Amino acid sequence: MKPDVCGCRIGGSRPLKRRAIINTKNRRSIATPLALAIGSSLILSAETAAAHGVAGKRFFPATLATDDPFVADELSLPTLESRRMPASGDEAAMRETGFAIDVSKRITENLGIGFGATYKVLAPDGGDTQRGFDNLAASIKYKFYQNDERETILSAGVDWDIGGSGSKRVGAESFSTLTPALFFGRGFGDLPESMKFIRPLAVTGLVGIGIPTRSSTISRGDEGEADVERHPHTLQWGFAVQYSLPYLQSFVQDVGLREPFSRMIPVVEVALSTALDRGASGTTGTVNPGIVWAGSYAQLAVEAVVPVNNRSGNRVGWIAQLHFFLDDLFPTTIGRPIFGR
Amino acid sequence: MRIRIPLLVFACASVLAPPLGAHAFLDHALPAVGSTVHAPPPQVQLWFSQKLEPAFSTAQVLDSTGKRVDRADARVDDGDSTVLTVSLPELAPGRYRVKWRVLSVDTHVTEGDYSFDVVR
Repeated sequence: MKPDVCGCRIGGSRPLKRRAIINTKNRRSIATPLALAIGSSLILSAETAAAHGVAGKRFFPATLATDDPFVADELSLPTLESRRMPASGDEAAMRETGFAIDVSKRITENLGIGFGATYKVLAPDGGDTQRGFDNLAASIKYKFYQNDERETILSAGVDWDIGGSGSKRVGAESFSTLTPALFFGRGFGDLPESMKFIRPLAVTGLVGIGIPTRSSTISRGDEGEADVERHPHTLQWGFAVQYSLPYLQSFVQDVGLREPFSRMIPVVEVALSTALDRGASGTTGTVNPGIVWAGSYAQLAVEAVVPVNNRSGNRVGWIAQLHFFLDDLFPTTIGRPIFGR
Repeated sequence: MRIRIPLLVFACASVLAPPLGAHAFLDHALPAVGSTVHAPPPQVQLWFSQKLEPAFSTAQVLDSTGKRVDRADARVDDGDSTVLTVSLPELAPGRYRVKWRVLSVDTHVTEGDYSFDVVR
């Protein structure tokens, strides 16, 4: 890793996202009879199945760079990301490619867990290519509030970047980072008629604190000199602004869109990390404009990855993801909560 | 990335496997969502993205005061179970709201509403 401008080094947390997000500072990744019977109980209970991000009429797609405000049975396979990183200090410029798998599982209707793994390929200019797994990630999340009329979801969770579970060759940290966070999602379907074309808009986001389990790491150089790497707490924050063409088409105005355009959701994500202490400062992150196509069983998303400043990189990368709704694919088996309906 | 090929094969197999169900989302409707019609429509027809469970799928049409105006005969089409139809009397000019709540054959419930205007 590189020293930052204050002479410290930032050993931050894996960003609060299941996908392969590359931290630009430390160069590491951040679900008919039976139907009738069940249906009867559902109708009588007057509840709407709230799977993969549905609040009232609102469907929140899974975003790529910022974690979702809901719990779900989902599988992201794969998430691919590629970025060109600038030279820094004694490290050459390199291309970093990530291949990630992430799975989320509901324990109950509102409590879910997640696991993720990222395989990374680092190809420095003029150097040997390094390959290996980044640290494994685990998470738990609880949805504590949902208002269908207001299309609002609130959740709280903790992400655990499991230190020492990855390969040092690709910069996996030897220490863990815990990141407690709050997540929100808000659709604007309740806006007045005069603003009906803004109703398809929604915002999701998160704010959390990355807490490394080790404040610093001391290593020895070739000549025996001590090299102290400090690991600051970090503010992990971000949001996604999304305009749902399916919402526009189904609830506001049929503007004549048909497949595949009627299932597309343009999105702009902002994913940021701010160092808070231990001599570190500054914010790194990316702005990711892109598009999500949401089908009945899976979604496909592609985004550009634009660094917010030169500390975050200086070239535009890309990220793409194939994401499966397990609750729709396997509604009676692995796509339902372990406990409860 | 030697790991990529088997994982992609698994992903493709999952996509191609017979799906068991999904949420029924409104694909399109007549009268169209947010539209203005110049003659009272005899019915409202809703096309969904999934097959519906007839016993538990329904639609209502309300006028601008919230009074129900449809003939209360919402039914899933016998030949195409993705289509839900409800009949209407002759509507006076004004704004109407269609409210639907459907159960797809895999037990996912979805609901929604939209408006259309009748003018002369």
